[in-house]
Amino acid sequence: MTVLRVEALAKDFMLHLQGGLHMPVLRDVALAIGAGECVALVGPSGAGKSTLMRCIQGNYGVGAGHIMLRHCGEWVDVAAADARLMRAVRRDTLGYVSQFLRVIPRVPSLEIVAEPLLARGVPGDIARVRAKDLLLRLNMPEALHGLPPATFSGGEQQRVNLARGFAPHYPLLLLDEPTASLDAANAEVVIGLITEAKRAGSAILGIFHDAAVRARVADRLFEVHPVRETA
Amino acid sequence: MMHAEGLVLRFGAVAALDDVAMEIHPGEVLAIVGESGSGKTSLLRVLAGLQPVQAGSVVFDGQEVLSLSDAAKRRLMRTEWGFIHQNARDALRLDISAGGNVGERLMAAGARHYGRIREETAHWLRRVEIDPARMDENPRNFSGGMQQRLQIARTLITRPRLVFMDEPTGGLDVSVQAKLLDLIRGLVAELGLAVVLVTHDIAAARLLAHRIMVMRHGRVVEEGLTDRVLDDPRHAYTQLLVSSVLAA
Amino acid sequence: MTTGYNFAYLDEATKRMIRRALLKAIAVPGHQVPFGAREMPLPYGWGTGGIQVTASVIGSDDRLKVIDQGADDTTNAISIRRFFARVAGVETTESTTEATIIQTRHRIPETPLREDQVLVYQVPMPEPLFKLEPRVRESTKLHALAEYGLMQVKLYEDIAKQGEVATSYNHPVIVDGRYLMSPSPIPAFDNPKMDMNPAIQLFGAGREKRIYAVPPYTRVESLDFEDHPFRPIRAPHACALCRSTESYLDELITDDRGGRRFICSDTDYCAQRQRT
Repeated sequence: MTVLRVEALAKDFMLHLQGGLHMPVLRDVALAIGAGECVALVGPSGAGKSTLMRCIQGNYGVGAGHIMLRHCGEWVDVAAADARLMRAVRRDTLGYVSQFLRVIPRVPSLEIVAEPLLARGVPGDIARVRAKDLLLRLNMPEALHGLPPATFSGGEQQRVNLARGFAPHYPLLLLDEPTASLDAANAEVVIGLITEAKRAGSAILGIFHDAAVRARVADRLFEVHPVRETA
Repeated sequence: MMHAEGLVLRFGAVAALDDVAMEIHPGEVLAIVGESGSGKTSLLRVLAGLQPVQAGSVVFDGQEVLSLSDAAKRRLMRTEWGFIHQNARDALRLDISAGGNVGERLMAAGARHYGRIREETAHWLRRVEIDPARMDENPRNFSGGMQQRLQIARTLITRPRLVFMDEPTGGLDVSVQAKLLDLIRGLVAELGLAVVLVTHDIAAARLLAHRIMVMRHGRVVEEGLTDRVLDDPRHAYTQLLVSSVLAA
Repeated sequence: MTTGYNFAYLDEATKRMIRRALLKAIAVPGHQVPFGAREMPLPYGWGTGGIQVTASVIGSDDRLKVIDQGADDTTNAISIRRFFARVAGVETTESTTEATIIQTRHRIPETPLREDQVLVYQVPMPEPLFKLEPRVRESTKLHALAEYGLMQVKLYEDIAKQGEVATSYNHPVIVDGRYLMSPSPIPAFDNPKMDMNPAIQLFGAGREKRIYAVPPYTRVESLDFEDHPFRPIRAPHACALCRSTESYLDELITDDRGGRRFICSDTDYCAQRQRT
């Protein structure tokens, strides 16, 4: 069952403060992912892999094309969805683990991880147990759970981020360099989480810098080509 | 819950609002950002029924706000709506105790049981992190942050569904601002409030708002999901606004 | 008439203007009606508002009683009585029962009033919200919209700071379930007498140029809280002269060694009881 269908997607940046510098980043991208499938985005640095992912997440606006996503049994076009629909899509359908944790300051790690579950109406105690289990599984000592991640190391922050992304079940999960700042043991945990999520039916679209990790989780590669300036 | 369209407000030759539309849904936090004179505060006042316009319509729960009688608007402001002013001193009665300030809206709504008013007031003081032991103190001697928290308790005690906030953290020390933002964020989420927040503080908007409207010269130049507008700003003015903020 | 003044001092046009204000005030119980108060031959604070109201309603066959803090024999009461005896040639009396018009400062007589009587109050400050909302425009709006939460806040503050409602006089009332009204500085003890009173109650404020009224048989409720109900308070003593345990008492210091006596503030009531 197809979960995501990207059609004729184009994305440009117009930098008004740089004298109207026009930067085409994506052209005519077409991509589909099915449930339980993991697709790895590949391509040279700067080709637009992260940009594509952010477009799908709704974090970046889209110039042209469609991003069709199966949300609660219906197809919605992320490229045209309004803010309210996007919030619902992100709550119920679309998970995203960014490369760098960006969260509300001063909130304890456990709450950050439990938050997407709470947003779905999961009772607080159940959500926090799930959050705690995930953090422990990612080798985050319990002493850190009550602390906001602002002072954590890059690897610790990334693990909070991953726990948050894997806490609810998302039909589509976007992973941007999920193991980049992790040691081998924690990377192994992430591989396990990805494998379980796939088995549970999640479609996963990822950027994996580490070729070994990519080889173990990805069913298929999708190459993103840099746009050659034509006009 | 509320939607507006075609709002036009001119002060002489200056257009404070030039064909502005907006909408807000239950539980949604909408930030209106822009610099001084962009029309954002005018828009807030129009939506709250405090400022008449030359043209346009504001509909709340199916009724046209702009044609409501004064009495009906004030009733809304006492019950379904709340308004948080930038300067708490504009909203508080400084010669009345902190408890009296918080309980006033209950009494205005008809509460006539002293003991229950005290209980409810103490509960709300606790929620905004003011020691209920200070209930009978005069707020004149409270710090700026405390006065602002008192204003919030005073506004939320009657459980409004829609709250208008005008630069709620403006004029406070940075450390106090952070604490206040945390408090507002927690209460808004917990109570499921719809909030129209006017601010020039992009960081505050990122923290609190689900959605952002960017205003300039009385027009909405860009709007959308908060992270979309701030991470991928398209309009030149939004890019300028975002670039002038230190990275989050 | 040999005084050189029109009947009851005021010219007929002024009386007509005041009567129009009175009619409006009676039609909208408790609502303050502005009127063009005239200069009177005595200073503000001495009852100029009450005198103008009395002058506008008095007729030659009326019998006038004037009390000041319940007493018929104070300088103020006597001089107002004499004033009307001279400029209107009316009969005056100290008896509540015999009077058709009673002008009062700060009391309601103990003897129940009748339908054929008019009680005229002298009012120093007609606006009950005056101390809470000094902006006249805003207080006018609060009356128009019947938003009286603020007055309740004042009572709240009294209880919070002093353990009880501190207004032992001029305790605010709601008239006919609608308008918040100052009963003038009568003791809270007298407030219940205003409720469903058969007499017409007229209020005149000379300096503030306001008239208001309570028609006969109108509901007058004192503001309170359910768990701190309004209580009319009197000193827990019997009158030293007439032994009344029902009337409102004044405290008299009888010497400089702490001696004191309580006697009725209503001199007519007390005298009647002493006679019988």
